[in-house]
Amino acid sequence: MTSLLTYTLKYLPSTSQWALRFSVRPLSCSSQLRAAAAVQAKSKQTLAKPNMRNIVVVDGVRTPFLLSGTSYKDLMPHDLARAALSGLLHRTSVPKDVVDYIIFGTVIQEVKTSNVAREAALGAGFSDRTPAHTVTMACISSNQAMTTAVGLIASGQCDVVVAGGVELMSDVPIRHSRKMRKMMLDLSKAKTLGQRLSLISQFRLNFLSPELPAVAEFSTNETMGHSADRLAAAFAISRLEQDEYALRSHSLAKKAQGEGLLSDVVPFKVPGKDTVTQDNGIRPSSLEQMAKLKPAFIKPYGTVTAANSSFLTDGASAVLILAEEKALAMGYKPKAYLRDFVYVSQDPKDQLLLGPTYATPKVLEKAGLTMNDIDAFEFHEAFSGQILANLKAMDSDWFAQNYMGRKAKVGSPPLEKFNIWGGSLSLGHPFGATGCRLVMATANRLQKEGGQYGLVAACAAGGQGHAMIVEAYPK
Amino acid sequence: MVASRAVGSLSRFTASRMLRCPGYICRSFTRSSALLTRTHINYGVKGDVAVIRINSPNSKVNTLGQEVHSEFIEVMNEVWSSNQIRSAVLISSKPGCFIAGADLNMLTACTTSQEVTQISQEAQRMFEKVEKSTKPIVAAINGSCLGGGLEVGVPAAFDMMLTGRGIRADRAKKMGLVDQLVEPLGPGIKPPEERTIEYLEEVAITFAKGLADKKISPKRDKGLVETFYLTELTSYAMSIPFVRQQIYKKVEEKVRKQTKGLYPAPLKIIDVVKTGIEQGSDAGYLSESQKFGELAMTKESKALMGLYRGQTLCKKNKFGAPQKEVKQLAILGAGLMGAGIAQVSVDKGLQTILKDATLAALGRGQQQVFRGLNDKVKKKALTSFERDTFFSNLTGQLDYQGFEKADMVIEAVFEDLSLKHKVLKEVEAVIPDHCVFASNTSALPINEIAAVSKRPEKVIGMHYFSPVDKMQLLEIITTQKTSKDTTASAVEVGLKQGKVIIVVKDGPGFYTTRCLAPMMSEVIRILQEGVGPKKLDSLTTSFGFPVGAATLVDEVGVDVAKHVAENLGNVFGERFAGGSLEVLKGMISKGFLGRKSGKGFYIYQEGVKNKNLNSDVDSILASLKMPSQPDVSSDEDIQYRLVTRFVNEAVLCLQEGVLATPTEGDIGAVFGLGFPPSLGGPFRFVDLYGAQKIVDRLRKYEAAYGKQFTPCQLLVDHASSPNKKFYQ
Repeated sequence: MTSLLTYTLKYLPSTSQWALRFSVRPLSCSSQLRAAAAVQAKSKQTLAKPNMRNIVVVDGVRTPFLLSGTSYKDLMPHDLARAALSGLLHRTSVPKDVVDYIIFGTVIQEVKTSNVAREAALGAGFSDRTPAHTVTMACISSNQAMTTAVGLIASGQCDVVVAGGVELMSDVPIRHSRKMRKMMLDLSKAKTLGQRLSLISQFRLNFLSPELPAVAEFSTNETMGHSADRLAAAFAISRLEQDEYALRSHSLAKKAQGEGLLSDVVPFKVPGKDTVTQDNGIRPSSLEQMAKLKPAFIKPYGTVTAANSSFLTDGASAVLILAEEKALAMGYKPKAYLRDFVYVSQDPKDQLLLGPTYATPKVLEKAGLTMNDIDAFEFHEAFSGQILANLKAMDSDWFAQNYMGRKAKVGSPPLEKFNIWGGSLSLGHPFGATGCRLVMATANRLQKEGGQYGLVAACAAGGQGHAMIVEAYPK
Repeated sequence: MVASRAVGSLSRFTASRMLRCPGYICRSFTRSSALLTRTHINYGVKGDVAVIRINSPNSKVNTLGQEVHSEFIEVMNEVWSSNQIRSAVLISSKPGCFIAGADLNMLTACTTSQEVTQISQEAQRMFEKVEKSTKPIVAAINGSCLGGGLEVGVPAAFDMMLTGRGIRADRAKKMGLVDQLVEPLGPGIKPPEERTIEYLEEVAITFAKGLADKKISPKRDKGLVETFYLTELTSYAMSIPFVRQQIYKKVEEKVRKQTKGLYPAPLKIIDVVKTGIEQGSDAGYLSESQKFGELAMTKESKALMGLYRGQTLCKKNKFGAPQKEVKQLAILGAGLMGAGIAQVSVDKGLQTILKDATLAALGRGQQQVFRGLNDKVKKKALTSFERDTFFSNLTGQLDYQGFEKADMVIEAVFEDLSLKHKVLKEVEAVIPDHCVFASNTSALPINEIAAVSKRPEKVIGMHYFSPVDKMQLLEIITTQKTSKDTTASAVEVGLKQGKVIIVVKDGPGFYTTRCLAPMMSEVIRILQEGVGPKKLDSLTTSFGFPVGAATLVDEVGVDVAKHVAENLGNVFGERFAGGSLEVLKGMISKGFLGRKSGKGFYIYQEGVKNKNLNSDVDSILASLKMPSQPDVSSDEDIQYRLVTRFVNEAVLCLQEGVLATPTEGDIGAVFGLGFPPSLGGPFRFVDLYGAQKIVDRLRKYEAAYGKQFTPCQLLVDHASSPNKKFYQ
């Protein structure tokens, strides 16, 4: 399908507007048709399991995702997280004291608020009797927050949990060098003037060179973009294919935004600034414009550029997760069930971003579903090249047999069901908050399109990955 | 020159991965029409770019032989004459190898320097054609690119010509040898190695196109020689003849100092460069090919090529694959040797237990392993993360926990038979049936150690050399009872540890220690005769030994030397006599144990580079002074007294069957004991120097000192029939 799209685009001297209409419209039509047809012949009627609590998502919200350095730049992470929590309270009208537990995911931690979940919850007016903790698992941190909630509810420890995620890339902790920190710490312990002077005499100018948070994988020292570029090359994905996929993401997101489909976004009145109402990273460009960009990581012949990568983003998200019986008792009409999920991990060097490839067949198998049962796919788009590599890997018997220990490929998701409201490339990717966005997009798409099963998948730094099945709550 | 560009790929491929047959590349050959008659080089045309692929049949590497030359010139002529082709990419179809250099077999086959000169001239013509190509040529290098291979890829460079050192891809880029790096790819649509070559080719083609279209300029920031030596100012200075003379002189001095005049090649290279600069490139080329021809015929060249072949042989497991792969290793004793063995094991992915009796000794050993790995991090050979994962393969412990899962135990406890017996019995009580027990000893006979074993077929000797992480040799010792599978296991582990391996029969001192002992005895005698340690060191290093004889005693350890001398002296009697053991005993009683105790013949201080003589040894030597015999005490005689005793004992080892082949004898002597590499090892030395001359020398010294210099029968046989050679 990718190649079909590519082919068509490649050989028609189209303007971006034209390409947009062409590529988007027929796809969205067919998706509705096929979804409707598919509902009738599922492998399973439902994924409910006997003797297991059903766990539901009542609703979820997110702040608008903004390019870092824009309207959120003066905030702190817990401010954003608090906005998401307040939005969720407003959206669901859940009584604050009913919430048993709060979990947030985040990646780059603000040291002052290392348990950002607790600070945000207190600020949002939740009961100080509601415990909160923060988890981190790179780009699948809020997925981890949600599945932790699922575990707490399934095991009967909690009934009502708020899970969310936050990332503020506008401000990151930049530290003094280790030498400088050591000297400062020693100074604070020094008792006499002599000790202090002798410590200060060791000072060298290079102590002042700051330490930036690493953008590189700790184990391999390779930046993610570099790895993505190599991955794209390993799967022989051209620059044009990547640019086309990025254009698709932006075009679809623009359309979804225009049609008001991104209903999880809640407006946020930023102190001292205007109210932010929508994502600001959606910028459909033209292939010609995109072709002009130089490669960002492997210079000068690489294929990953600023235009076909996700951008640094500020944002927060939150979802309300309940045991089904509790939700019904409280009078809610849930949006979706959270069903089977898996976490996977593989070689952080050469397979850093292949998490979805490994996680998808595994979660389908676990749930007893096939690719055909899925009506809505929501995959995290770190890079165009990464998404296309995953699609190719999932469609390769050779890869499945030689690297995944499987007999055959799982098959690649049909594009007409795939990220059709845009993805991380266009909507933005606040590391810790993307997972909840993916789940809400899936739930909302299933509700809107009448599908039953959705599949969420994401890759994460460290060579890890995640996938979860979301089942629509019957109308 | 203008047009040749290089694109390199970081090569991290292991040998085992090299065997995969790149199906893709084979296929595109068939498409490229009528050129199938050529065996080494073929090309296909992609757009307006010719992709020239080098793929020597039936070989893991590509080498520059005569066929390659002629085929290459044929192909290049077609490329230049074709109107369709505007640029070319030169690439190897073998993963991990571009061109490994000249074909040694081809050079060995030549009997005269004229032949070699001719070959060299052919190669020059080839390189010249590439350099003067009117169409841009991009060399896409994946893996080893040595010698001539480098000349094809990039014009040769000063520094590298001299030392022949390996350069990592990222450094090559910094040095300006290559223009772009392509990092190896992971798994994708096909096996990583295959796809990486394909990707390299794709990238190279875009570069070739860019060069032909003048979209990419073939600018190198600085010319190569400039990068190394010269800034703009000095490049002006180079145009002044007087300055040039000074530079030649300086380089020559430095080279002479490093090679001690033992290796003729570097000096000839300077000559050639000089000729090239002073008299123009044609004269330079002519001189290069002539000098190359001369060099190929020298003894040194024969010796070094022999060593190269021997090393290749000793990197193979003649005993086949062991029944059970060794995955869990256990090492007893965390001393210098034990920790060294652990270090070369953990960084090859072997799970290793390091056991010692006390926490302090164990901690010292663990620290040694960590430091060894960390030094590699400092040199950027490892990342800190790799260091951490390797170090995690090491388990330090004081008990025998986990030994029930060990596939091999290597003991490196103190050289004391009763102690070795004690640990052998303790270990056999806990290890599984299949587990191999290897003893790291330099002199204790393995069958004596195995005497208390319940399963002597599983007992073997693995003699490592100190420092284990630097010394390449591993001497494996088999007894009558050692099973073939046990030997196969030991060799397999040794190869995994990166060792060059000789397998010898059991006996006192095995092969290496036994050869060294008589020479050491002679060292002591020479010192007793009044030759100072410094003088002795300079005599031995100028003969080609990498370490001076007195320094060697310090490095080995005076106590170890005494221990060995005493042991072997008892067994072999008068043949091993010479110097007095009292010298070593006297040193030990004063605590002069060599480098490890800070004092031996020299004084060792942390951070002090120039070591001073330990004047306290003088009195010991003075009290045990022997009269020197003037007619066998010239500098040359002293050198030959040492070397002939060594050589005689080595040949005796072959005669007695301790050694299986002369090759192993040469490899053992050069890689384990520092026998001069320029001589190629004791056996090669006999072949090249002449057995008769050596026997003559031995007889001369025999007359002065007696039986210690009596030539062995095999050596006498070789002397009496000049056609007899160790290497036919």
